[in-house]
Amino acid sequence: MTALSSPLLAEAVPPRLRRRRPVLLGLFALAVVAGVLLPLAFLCFEASQVGWSQLWQMLDRAIVASLLWNTVRLALVVTALCAIAGTTAAFLTERTELPGRRFFAAALVLPLVIPDFVVAWTWNSVFPGVRGYLGAVLVMTLGLYPLVYLPVAAAFRSADPALEEAARSLGLGRAAVFLKVTLRQARSTLLGSSLLVCLALLAEYGAFEDLGYQTFTTAIFNELQIGFATAAAAALSLVLVVLSLLALGGEAFFREKGRLEHLGGASNRPPRRHRLGKAAPFAFAGTAAFLGLALGLPLAVVAYWVVAGGRSSLPATSSLAAATGYSTLYSAGGALIATLLALPVALYAARHPGRISAGLEKCAFLIQALPGLVVALALTYVVERYLSFLYQSPELLVVCYSMIFFPLAIVAVRASVAQAPRLLEEIGRTLGSGPLRVRLRVTLPLLLPGLGAAFCLVFLSGVTELTATLLLVPNGVATLATQFWGYVGNVSYGAAAPYAAMMIVLSALPGYLLSRLFDRGAARRRLETGADR
Amino acid sequence: MSELLLRGVSKAFGRTPVLSGLDLSVESGTVLAVLGRSGSGKTTLLRLVAGTERVDAGEVLLGGEVVDNGRRFVPPERRRVGYVAQEGALFPHLSVARNVGFGLERAARRQGRVEELLEMVNLLELKDRYPHELSGGQAQRVALARALAPRPRLVLLDEPFSALDATLRASLRGEVVQILRRTAVTTLLVTHDQEEALSVADLVGVMAGGRIRQLARPEELYARPADPAVAAFLGEANLVAGEAAGRLARTTLGELALSGDCPVRAGAVTVLVRPEQLRLSMAGGPGRPGRVVHREYYGHDSIYLVALETTGERVRVREGGPARFEIGAEVAVRAEGEMIAWSKRATLGL
Repeated sequence: MTALSSPLLAEAVPPRLRRRRPVLLGLFALAVVAGVLLPLAFLCFEASQVGWSQLWQMLDRAIVASLLWNTVRLALVVTALCAIAGTTAAFLTERTELPGRRFFAAALVLPLVIPDFVVAWTWNSVFPGVRGYLGAVLVMTLGLYPLVYLPVAAAFRSADPALEEAARSLGLGRAAVFLKVTLRQARSTLLGSSLLVCLALLAEYGAFEDLGYQTFTTAIFNELQIGFATAAAAALSLVLVVLSLLALGGEAFFREKGRLEHLGGASNRPPRRHRLGKAAPFAFAGTAAFLGLALGLPLAVVAYWVVAGGRSSLPATSSLAAATGYSTLYSAGGALIATLLALPVALYAARHPGRISAGLEKCAFLIQALPGLVVALALTYVVERYLSFLYQSPELLVVCYSMIFFPLAIVAVRASVAQAPRLLEEIGRTLGSGPLRVRLRVTLPLLLPGLGAAFCLVFLSGVTELTATLLLVPNGVATLATQFWGYVGNVSYGAAAPYAAMMIVLSALPGYLLSRLFDRGAARRRLETGADR
Repeated sequence: MSELLLRGVSKAFGRTPVLSGLDLSVESGTVLAVLGRSGSGKTTLLRLVAGTERVDAGEVLLGGEVVDNGRRFVPPERRRVGYVAQEGALFPHLSVARNVGFGLERAARRQGRVEELLEMVNLLELKDRYPHELSGGQAQRVALARALAPRPRLVLLDEPFSALDATLRASLRGEVVQILRRTAVTTLLVTHDQEEALSVADLVGVMAGGRIRQLARPEELYARPADPAVAAFLGEANLVAGEAAGRLARTTLGELALSGDCPVRAGAVTVLVRPEQLRLSMAGGPGRPGRVVHREYYGHDSIYLVALETTGERVRVREGGPARFEIGAEVAVRAEGEMIAWSKRATLGL
């Protein structure tokens, strides 16, 4: 038996007691995390090559200050707006008797599958005035609020109503209960999802380019594409990474303080819904209007241009079919690698709690702070210097996807590792199955939904990824995202629209599978608790 | 023949010793319960027997064959030991029938062994359900059927009823014992519930400090515990100081009769007086005077806490039928029947 396989069979003891650690698995997990953190190391190396004083000169410019101001004010305002919009929508669909709440609950998630650079384009093509700071605030809020809505709605759904009832019985009014209990219970979820919004904003390129709004990411991209100024790009990237780390640290700071211990004894009832009374028509109209802006308008515009068509003088690098093929191939490759790499890390972290796995988790967490552009940049450096045969190869793009979206894969796999406790494997063994058979019959089927979810998440993100893809896509090849981008840049909207439509279709499919997966889990919980909603 | 034998088994996790030189033997076809507080190492004991944990020292024998002695180790899948965990731990991705059939060869599954077992636990009609669609009691019965399916030589039950509510616990307990008796399978059950241990098992072992303190039939264990700690663990106990002389002991409760097999005959002793061995009467009646300071009414009986007038010492008294005395009532307490006592010196350390 190799040490790699032993975590699954290692003699389990009560979790508080020490366990023998599978060294090989641990090393492998460490290697994976180190590999994914490599871009960060490389960025620092590159910057130090330039020299810190020179670096400082590069950063101490008026343009950098204005980029900082642009980036920070956008990140703060959009994150706050997304938190408000997402929480309000979640409250309306999960905790009130909003008419049509089932439809809204499903539809409010959907803007997630429309890439933000497509949303920005749809707005800009209809209302040319949607540009600059306010345009960016509008578009990004409409594009990113589902990142808050989805988890907060789930938190509201699973909240223990006993706490709210206790608060009411202690004399708190409805509003006070909402603020002090309902929202408080969802606080860590809200914080975590706001962080995701903030990181997504820092990493976004396409939408801001569409809207003519300069942030660090667009500046880095332009330095690279137009000026080929890699040193300047590295310097700006460092600032961007620092900003991301600040967001990460801020979230961790507030989350630690606000840690909510689950006291157990959950009452296993679904939370009660509030009557809306006379406010119902307004709530309905408001939700419908919001959904119309976030989902209806982009879909309608894409559909309009697909139907209206139009010739482009710009020849396609890849036909729609070919681009679909490339997008699918690269994204699936990235998804496969990210999922396979996430498995040992998640397994080790979940089954061998301790200092090493806590460190691993923190590192995996840090990776979130690396925008796709920075990862692509670092990979370009490495490849140009040391592995030139990989330059502009499809493999490099696939590796890049798997690195950028590794944190997504970890989250999904981690959840399913919790569904496959060691006890079940042990029971399988007492029933006469050997170590290998038990893993095939018990562990694998239990991990499969999580692995599937990880694959879907990374795939979906890969199909709609633009920034890193533009940098790394092989010569003479275009994916859906880059071909769309090429046409939009040429103002050939009719030619661009089919590519956008195909991206939405391609990412809606795994999105649908994902929601089915979560729905089944929810249905199962409902059955368990005997709750009827 | 002993189906299971543990000799000098020790196990520590890091620097925390859990079992230290534990000896235990379970005869073929019997039900043995190990009673211990939570954290006393009961689950570790079961895991060592199942083979999901390895001994540090000592040896484990199944049917006379060494399965673990620190060098030789037989893996769980070759031990033929069934394991029923605290909360069932059914495979969530398999139906009830496929859970039960997990440990069976295809031939046995075809011959209707699964249906046979589900019939035995009265769950045949639920065979296509999934674990999340079962109640706690049903899940436990499926877990038992699953463990029994491959005809193990030994079944381990780890607090199998503790996750259930009180009424369900009692009825399921009866049902499970009947099934175990009918299949005549050797059973090792661990629990922290003394009522469960006493009512279910042929033999009960009391576990503390990483070893078995006493192993005896339930009635013997209750009547003649090896030391005051075991006595206090098995039901309510008044431990009364006294002076023994022959078969009598002089105490604050008067002269108490000691049982024939009492280990001491003279000197300072601690006498075990169970609450049901004490009788109450109106003040001035036979016995020592005292006052009721607290009462717990249970319907079928009541427990009185009586402060003795002479020393202020408090004793618990159980009385059947309707509650006769209010708090504050003046009463007389007397003891009836034979008691067990231990020499004071021997029990000083406890």
